[in-house]
Amino acid sequence: MSAPVKSGSGGFETKILSNAQIAKDLFYTALITFPILVPIVAIRTQLDQGVLTWHSRFWLASCLALAVVIARGLMHFLVWNPRAAASLDVSASAKPTSAKRLSLSDRIGPYVSRGLLIFGLLLPIVAHLGHAIGIELPSFGELRLVDLATYILIYVMLGWGLNVVVGLAGLLDLGYVAFYAVGAYSYALLSTVYFPRWFGTGVVPFAFYITMPIAGLLAACWGVILGFPVLRLRGDYLAIVTLAFGEIIRLVLINWFSFTQGPQGINVPKLTFFGLKFKDEPGGFADFVSTHFFPLAYNRVQGYIFLYYVILAMALATYFITKKLRRLPIGRAWEALREDEIACRSLGINTTNTKLTAFAIGAMFGGFSGSFFAARQGFVSPESFVYIESALILAIVVLGGLGSQIGIVFSAVAIMGSFEIFREMDFMKAVLPTGTEPIQFRMLFVGLAMVLMMRFRPRGFVTKREPTVYLKEKKAISGDLVAEGHG
Amino acid sequence: MMRIWENNPELEVIHLTMRFGGLTAIGDLSFNIARKQITALIGPNGAGKTTVFNCITGFYKPTEGMLKLTHEDGKTFLLERMDDFMVNRVAHVARTFQNIRLFAGMTVVENLMVAQHNALMNASGFTIGALFGSKGYKRADAEAIENSKYWLDKVGLMNRADDPAGDLSYGAQRRLEIARAMCTKPRLLCLDEPAAGLNPRESDELNKLLLSIRDDHGVAIILIEHDMSVVMGISDHIVVLDYGRKIADGTPDEIKSDPAVIRAYLGVEDEDAPVEILKEAAAMHRAELREAGNTKTKPTKPVLTAKKPIAKKAVRK
Ligand SMILES: Nc1ncnc2c1ncn2[C@@H]1O[C@H](COP(=O)(O)OP(=O)(O)O)[C@@H](O)[C@H]1O
Ligand SMILES: [Mg+2]
Repeated sequence: MSAPVKSGSGGFETKILSNAQIAKDLFYTALITFPILVPIVAIRTQLDQGVLTWHSRFWLASCLALAVVIARGLMHFLVWNPRAAASLDVSASAKPTSAKRLSLSDRIGPYVSRGLLIFGLLLPIVAHLGHAIGIELPSFGELRLVDLATYILIYVMLGWGLNVVVGLAGLLDLGYVAFYAVGAYSYALLSTVYFPRWFGTGVVPFAFYITMPIAGLLAACWGVILGFPVLRLRGDYLAIVTLAFGEIIRLVLINWFSFTQGPQGINVPKLTFFGLKFKDEPGGFADFVSTHFFPLAYNRVQGYIFLYYVILAMALATYFITKKLRRLPIGRAWEALREDEIACRSLGINTTNTKLTAFAIGAMFGGFSGSFFAARQGFVSPESFVYIESALILAIVVLGGLGSQIGIVFSAVAIMGSFEIFREMDFMKAVLPTGTEPIQFRMLFVGLAMVLMMRFRPRGFVTKREPTVYLKEKKAISGDLVAEGHG
Repeated sequence: MMRIWENNPELEVIHLTMRFGGLTAIGDLSFNIARKQITALIGPNGAGKTTVFNCITGFYKPTEGMLKLTHEDGKTFLLERMDDFMVNRVAHVARTFQNIRLFAGMTVVENLMVAQHNALMNASGFTIGALFGSKGYKRADAEAIENSKYWLDKVGLMNRADDPAGDLSYGAQRRLEIARAMCTKPRLLCLDEPAAGLNPRESDELNKLLLSIRDDHGVAIILIEHDMSVVMGISDHIVVLDYGRKIADGTPDEIKSDPAVIRAYLGVEDEDAPVEILKEAAAMHRAELREAGNTKTKPTKPVLTAKKPIAKKAVRK
């Protein structure tokens, strides 16, 4: 491993360094950076009542030097090291033989997903610490931040679910919210009406854990039911029928009063910690922990943090299952279907079944997130399942880059996060017509952003497709070659 | 004269008729495809060759007629009654397309893996087994990769295995499409103009590949082709179509001297023959010359050289 490798971006020669060499390099980095920072940062002059004085900020200089060293270290391990990319293997096939350089985005790609994972896992802790040491997140409380993260994660999960249908199988589905509604109402009706009737009220606190799989299965059934009539449709026709399907479900929910309580909605039990309620009462979560483990005061945040971790776990399960499915025959058939349906049929692939499985699996994830949504809100009504929700989820998938899972995280954060930011932008009032709130303009701005995005980056944030198998070397495929599907 | 396709054929096309509205694209067409032989289906553009393929592979339902496929073990299939994907899955007929249909956004090896979908799907226990990492699936997956490697090697695309199929040259795409069809383990392979757009060297390689598929894999091939060097060089049996009807059926030697074929191809009776026909005639002429040069033997009476009509029309133009 001593052959010099041509650097892809810079064009200069670098060597693959041993760890000791890297350590030495980092030591020199620190040795150079710190002295430079001393005059620039560490010594600050001050005009104090006409007298020029100075005070030292060596701690800041040290922090900055440390940051530089860490950044350089990361560059060594992630960017300048061709092994970093190679270590990530896709199939059991041969090791890469050439140390040819991948582009920057390919090399840091895997670390982006790992970084996001770690960030996701630690978010409530970071927020909690931030709150404890007094860093007020700009007008977001700790609670708001965790709640917003939960909200965004629901859309990430929905995006990953819809991605199976739209991004992988290439079938345009404008009625995805229907499955979300099926999931939410499955939970609502089972936990408030049917479980108490069948099993007694004792089961209600556990309802979510029993219902969620059922909600997913029911939604999958509806996916197949929607799938059948639209199998022969393509493009615009498919889009219109799926849109109608989404509306039909909503209208049924509104009008079938005896079953769904119509527009009044249903109050449903909130998510519990495996049966323990997040309430300040004997038998609540805090009380239980205090009596059995360690003293814990009741705090509203506990419930929010638990919700956050539940949706994080559900979203991650969605992520890993779809990621795995992509590499299995079924997932390859989805993508092949998106690329060329006729060719698929000439290869003996039953495209009907392939489409139905895509609809069913996409719908199933929608159903899971729907039941979580209901358990988080404690209330469901048809209001929550309007067309704009489908459009938003679709926008998240399209903006993320069709078929890309990581892109969806970014676009969900961008779209749902920007909605929230509009709530906070009081300064906008200066430029907006009097009597209006910035929040009223969110759709306008998000729409504008989408138009610009589609103009300058029509394939979304992530424009590369990652192959599902490789023999020698994993090369990302340019989005120009990847079909968008016929639906 | 031995007519190998007459007894125990792989495929019998019986009174096949295909109408599109008022247009009869194929009219009462009957011919046989011999086992483990290369049959060429030739004819001017619009003669209905691709339509015959679409009928055989289940993409069109013929208006009339029967397509009877018999496997070596005696199993018969009436292809006109089967869904297109079942024609491949159970009757083991694979095809390529005149306008190449690869999965352009997938890599070369992915294209070949998709072709082995059915075998892999069964091994994956309808995905559930594979999701939990079943051994059977891992073995099947490894086998599929080996099989893909075999065909990549065979069509000379090993070094392009991890490139997107859409990035390949035209000739490479055509070869990949053949490899992909072969990955479905067919008994009958239908190739729609595989040599279109290939240079002479690529076209020679294609000949070798097709002969190897016939001889080493025992697969029957039907070939639609305009390049007469390919057709005359490798086919065992030629069927000629014109305006949806069969005008000749025989060995290459018979076809070369068949007056009906010459008329159809050179448009002797039709003074305003389209340019394509002239080009084809020129291609045939070149093919004959090349063949004569290669074998260093005097060509048997070059009936298809078509020197005169070309010269005449060229002058007039
Ligand atoms: N799907 C279709 N609908 C209507 N006409 C068709 C269709 N497919 C083929 N044809 C017609 O059938 C005739 C034969 O076409 P084709 O089989 O493609 O010819 P070839 O492959 O021999 O050049 C043409 O006149 C063509 O226009
Ligand atoms: Mg044709």
